[in-house]
Amino acid sequence: MKEEIIIAGFGGQGVLSMGKILAYSAVMQQKEVSWMPSYGPEMRGGTANVTVVLSDDRISSPILHSFDTAIILNQQSLDKFESKVKPGGVLLYDSNGITHHPERNDINIYRIDATEEASRMKSTKTMNMIVLGAFLKVKPVVEMENVLKGLKKSLPERHHHLIPMNEKAIERGFEIVREVSLMNA
Amino acid sequence: MSELRLMKGNEAIAEAAIRCGADGYFGYPITPQSEVMETLMTLRPWETTGMVVLQAESEVASINMLYGGAGSGKRVMTSSSSPGISLMQEGLSYMAGAELPCLVANVVRGGPGLGTIQPSQSDYFQSVKGGGHGDYKLIVLAPASVQEMADFVELGFDLAFKYRNPAMILSDGMIGQMMEKVELSPQKERWTNEEIEKMHPWATTGKRPDRERNIITSVELDSEAHETFNNKLQAKYREIEENEVRYELTDVEDADYLIVAYGSSARISAAAIEILREKGIKAGLLRPITLYPFPSKKIKELSGGLKGVLSVEMSSGQMVEDVRLAVEGKVKVEHFGRYGGVVHSPEEVANALEQKLNGGK
Repeated sequence: MKEEIIIAGFGGQGVLSMGKILAYSAVMQQKEVSWMPSYGPEMRGGTANVTVVLSDDRISSPILHSFDTAIILNQQSLDKFESKVKPGGVLLYDSNGITHHPERNDINIYRIDATEEASRMKSTKTMNMIVLGAFLKVKPVVEMENVLKGLKKSLPERHHHLIPMNEKAIERGFEIVREVSLMNA
Repeated sequence: MSELRLMKGNEAIAEAAIRCGADGYFGYPITPQSEVMETLMTLRPWETTGMVVLQAESEVASINMLYGGAGSGKRVMTSSSSPGISLMQEGLSYMAGAELPCLVANVVRGGPGLGTIQPSQSDYFQSVKGGGHGDYKLIVLAPASVQEMADFVELGFDLAFKYRNPAMILSDGMIGQMMEKVELSPQKERWTNEEIEKMHPWATTGKRPDRERNIITSVELDSEAHETFNNKLQAKYREIEENEVRYELTDVEDADYLIVAYGSSARISAAAIEILREKGIKAGLLRPITLYPFPSKKIKELSGGLKGVLSVEMSSGQMVEDVRLAVEGKVKVEHFGRYGGVVHSPEEVANALEQKLNGGK
C-alpha cells in the first residue's frame, strides 16, 4: 500500500495540521510516512500545502509532482492541483468559495461542504477535521482507532480537551461527503 | 527505552542533542533551521540534563562560544543555514587549527548571498573543501532522512572527539522541514568533569601539579614548527579517509548507470531509479553518507562496469567534480540539478539520465 496525497488551501485553514494528524495516525498503524510542507514567508491568508506519503515500504521521494489524492480547500489550490491528480485518483474539495468547479472526467471527484458544516456546528476551527473525515470515508487508509491515537499525539496536551470535538467533526465529515457525478456537473 | 515519534528534521537534531548528552548549544535563528533552537528552548534541557542553550548575538559569536566550550572538553554545537554558516568560517578554521571538536549543523538554503529560504545543496564546496582559510577539513555527514538527522548528532560528536576536529551535518531545507517517523535513543548522561579530564587530557580543565599547562591555540609563528603541525593534521585527515568513509548502495549489482546523490537529492534519485527501472533502464544509486571523507574508492571500483554516472545535486555542479576525480576518466560523468531553491522532481532526474547518458532514447 502506498498513498501519495497533496493537501492545499489557505494558511490558517489547518492544512499542515490535518496532514500531521493523518501522518501520525499512519505512524500509529506501523506505516512509513513523510510530511513535506511548502514552507516560505507565508502566513494566514497566503497559500499553504503539504505532501503526505503513507506507505508499507520505505518512502523514496517525499517531493512529488503527481498524486493519488488531492485534498483541496480553496480555488487557487484547485486550479493548481486538479491537473496533478493521477488518472483514476481522487480529488476531494471543500466547496466554500469555489466558483470554478473541477472538470476532469478521468478521476473520482468528491465534494465536502466542510466550511459550511463547521459553522453550523459552531466550531469553525474543526473544518479541517471534517475534511479529514471525508477523506477517510473515501480512502480508508488508516483505521479510525489509529486516527484518534494520531490526533492525541499531534495535539499538545493543553489542547487535549478539544479531542472529543475534533472526533465529532471527523465523524461528521465521514457522513456528509458525497461523490460528484460529472454527468450533472 | 527508545521512543517512536513523528517530527521535523530540525526538531530531531534538538531532541538528539539533549539525549546524547550534549553540554551546550549556541546559535542564532535563521530560516529554514530555526526549529532547532526553538525546540531546545521549549524542551528546557538546562532544567534536566544541565545542557546550556543560548541565543548568541550573532553567528560569529556562536562559533566562538563553541571554541570556548570545546576548549574545555565540552560537547558543544551550533546550527544555522547557509549565510550564517558563512559567518562562522573564520571560527571553524581556528577550531580546525586548534584541533577542537564541535558539531555544526548547516540546513542549507539557496545562495549566493542572502538568496532564498528554499532548499539547496550549493554549500558542498564550502563544507568539504574547507570554507575558511588554511589546509583543513571538516568531517561532513549528509543525512537523507529525519532519522539520520537524529542519529548523526551523536555520530558527529563521536567523530569530532575521536579526531579532535570540527564535524558538520550538511542537510538542507527539505530534510530540516519535513516530518518523518523517528526512533529517539534513550537519554544519556553528560560527561562529568572527571570523565572529561580522563578522556581528553588536552582540555583546559585547570592546571594540575602533575602536568604542564594545556594551551589551546592555532598560532605558531615558527614556520618549520608550523609545517610539522600541518603534517600532523594531514596525517589525521589520511586516517579519517582510511577509516570513516560511509555510503549506501541501492540497486548497483546489475546497474548500467550510476547516480551519485546525497541528502534530499538521494531520496529523489531513489524514486527516479524506480521510474528508470520500469522503463528497462538499469540504474543504481550510491549515496555518500560522509561527504568528507568522500567514497572515491567505491565509486572508482563501481565505475568499471558502467556506461555512465550522473551526479545529482541541488547545485550547478559541485560534487560532480569529486565524482569525476574518483572515476579517473574511466566513464562519462554528467551533472544534473535544479538550484537557487528549486527542488528537482524524480521525473526530471530520470529524464536527465536518459538525455545525458542514454542518448535520449
